[in-house]
Amino acid sequence: MKLVLERFTHNALALLAVTTILFFMFRLMPGTPLAAFINENLNADQQQMMLEQFGLDKPMWQQYFIYLGNLLQGEFGLSFFQRRPVMTILLEVLPNSLILTLISLIIAYIFGVLAGAWLAWKRGSWIERVAVPAVLATRAAPEFWIGMVLLALLSFNAGWFPSGGASSPGQAYANNWQRIASWDYVHHLALPVLTLALYLQGLPLLLMRSNMLEVMHEEFVTMARMKGFSEWRIVIHHAARNALLPVATAFALGVGLSMGGNVVIETVFSWPGIGRLLVQAVSVHDYPLAQGAFLMIALVLALMNFVADLLYMVLDPRVSHGRKS
Amino acid sequence: MVERAEPVVPARSNWPLLPVLRRMAAMPLRDPFAFTGLLIYVLFVLVALFADHLAPLDPLEILFTKTGKLAANVAPSADFPLGTTNLGRDIYAQLVHGTRSALAVGLSAAVIVASVGTIVGLVAGYFGGTTDAVLMRIADMALSLPFLPFVIVLTGFLGASTSNIVLAVALLLWPNSARVIRSQVLTLRERAYVEAARVTGASSWRILFVHIAPNILPLSFVYAAIAIGWAIITEASVSFLGFGDSTSVSWGMMLQDAFSSQALSRGQYAWFVPPGVCIILVVVAGFFISRGYEEVFMPRLRGR
Repeated sequence: MKLVLERFTHNALALLAVTTILFFMFRLMPGTPLAAFINENLNADQQQMMLEQFGLDKPMWQQYFIYLGNLLQGEFGLSFFQRRPVMTILLEVLPNSLILTLISLIIAYIFGVLAGAWLAWKRGSWIERVAVPAVLATRAAPEFWIGMVLLALLSFNAGWFPSGGASSPGQAYANNWQRIASWDYVHHLALPVLTLALYLQGLPLLLMRSNMLEVMHEEFVTMARMKGFSEWRIVIHHAARNALLPVATAFALGVGLSMGGNVVIETVFSWPGIGRLLVQAVSVHDYPLAQGAFLMIALVLALMNFVADLLYMVLDPRVSHGRKS
Repeated sequence: MVERAEPVVPARSNWPLLPVLRRMAAMPLRDPFAFTGLLIYVLFVLVALFADHLAPLDPLEILFTKTGKLAANVAPSADFPLGTTNLGRDIYAQLVHGTRSALAVGLSAAVIVASVGTIVGLVAGYFGGTTDAVLMRIADMALSLPFLPFVIVLTGFLGASTSNIVLAVALLLWPNSARVIRSQVLTLRERAYVEAARVTGASSWRILFVHIAPNILPLSFVYAAIAIGWAIITEASVSFLGFGDSTSVSWGMMLQDAFSSQALSRGQYAWFVPPGVCIILVVVAGFFISRGYEEVFMPRLRGR
């Protein structure tokens, strides 16, 4: 329990650090935040009034604490351009990003774990010699480029998938859940998921492979072999179970990490998620929206780092007992 | 152990750097993967050096056909090996000249990441205590920033220039190498020869840079090789999102150009496939090299 608390504090502090860096980064940007918001026709008195209204006349440190207080209450401010609360806009697109990320990760990890175990089994064969560099190549390719190639092949050329967006124009749904459950949504989701999964499968695959190779030399596997268990049973019951531990934590970390990387995938497929929102906000200098989107991504990252820490403790008792922090 | 500490002033030839360098140079010959990686690097460096000879056309020049019409979206031919863009620019020339900006971005980021990471790792690992704690907290902080979003926000607001992209990449990547190098220093610090140097009265900085640093060098090299790839992918991603340096010819800019001018729906594969393949080659070369060095210099991993 003490360790759980410690990891929680660690991740919470990291998040605080991120928000602090972000606050000062946005304040030190060229131009005042008002330049984009205030009508140029206002006179000096009116401008001063606006400044006071937004609390921008206060010293920087005071602004910082007001900002932190607001964040804790979920108050992210107003978008300069959409003139709506940032929080509302974020919550609209967050489900799209989470669905894309989670489904891709699940597919990538199921495939990666199985293929990785299989490749470990095929150690030294020609399959391994071809497959490992091929997997490395998928890890080395820019995500958005994989997306572009798949778009050209499967959408524009073969016409199997729509080329972008989350639903066809003219569709109306009673609520958001119905929209997400519709065939149209799944059809739009397929290609981004395929792209992301293709990019993500390399990590679990290579991790599983090297873990398997390592575990196969452990004493308990030798022991199982001496007991005369079948090779299959050894692989599934003894080796794979232990090799899976680091893969499970990598999964949790993957959610946070790929939320950040989704920025490009969502842009390629015009997927209305938080990454695309960030890109749009930054390109029109919508500071509050950009800040909110960034913080939301950072929050998911911190949360998932914490989950990974917990998983690590639960799955590997050696950590919670033996490790000094 | 005391006897081994005999030479009070270690002679210059005792510098451990030379054998390490010799082993590093010999490594690619032993590991076929690393050899392939190095070969790819050499190839791209040559292309970058002789870009003007390999592709005499100006990558940004707007070309016209013999009949005087704009040579837009011309299919690959002898004149234009990869065809032309929708604005009538030679794609092959862009690809060849893009090598220069890719290597510039990759190498400058690699140098910064490796040197900052090495120095921080050395100092934190060797001196420990408060220095170590402070440096590692800063590293934690940098690692908890979402990578690409941070680069976008920074370049989006500071201005879309290549140096800002390199700066952002360096800011986020150094902690990885610093952490690993630190933990390596922690073990080296306890070795007998370091103890011996300390007994003979060598200063901390001398021990650090003469006795420990040379053994860290291969690790720095591994992280430099990885950083090259990361920086190139990041530059490509940032350019693709529209925050790149629009005046330079880079692979990322080419991909962005192809994407925004509907090369995908026209099936103009010769435009957007080659830049991606080049990026993959450079990044994979980094993987191969780092893998080779890890196997030679970190024997625990050998034979996998």
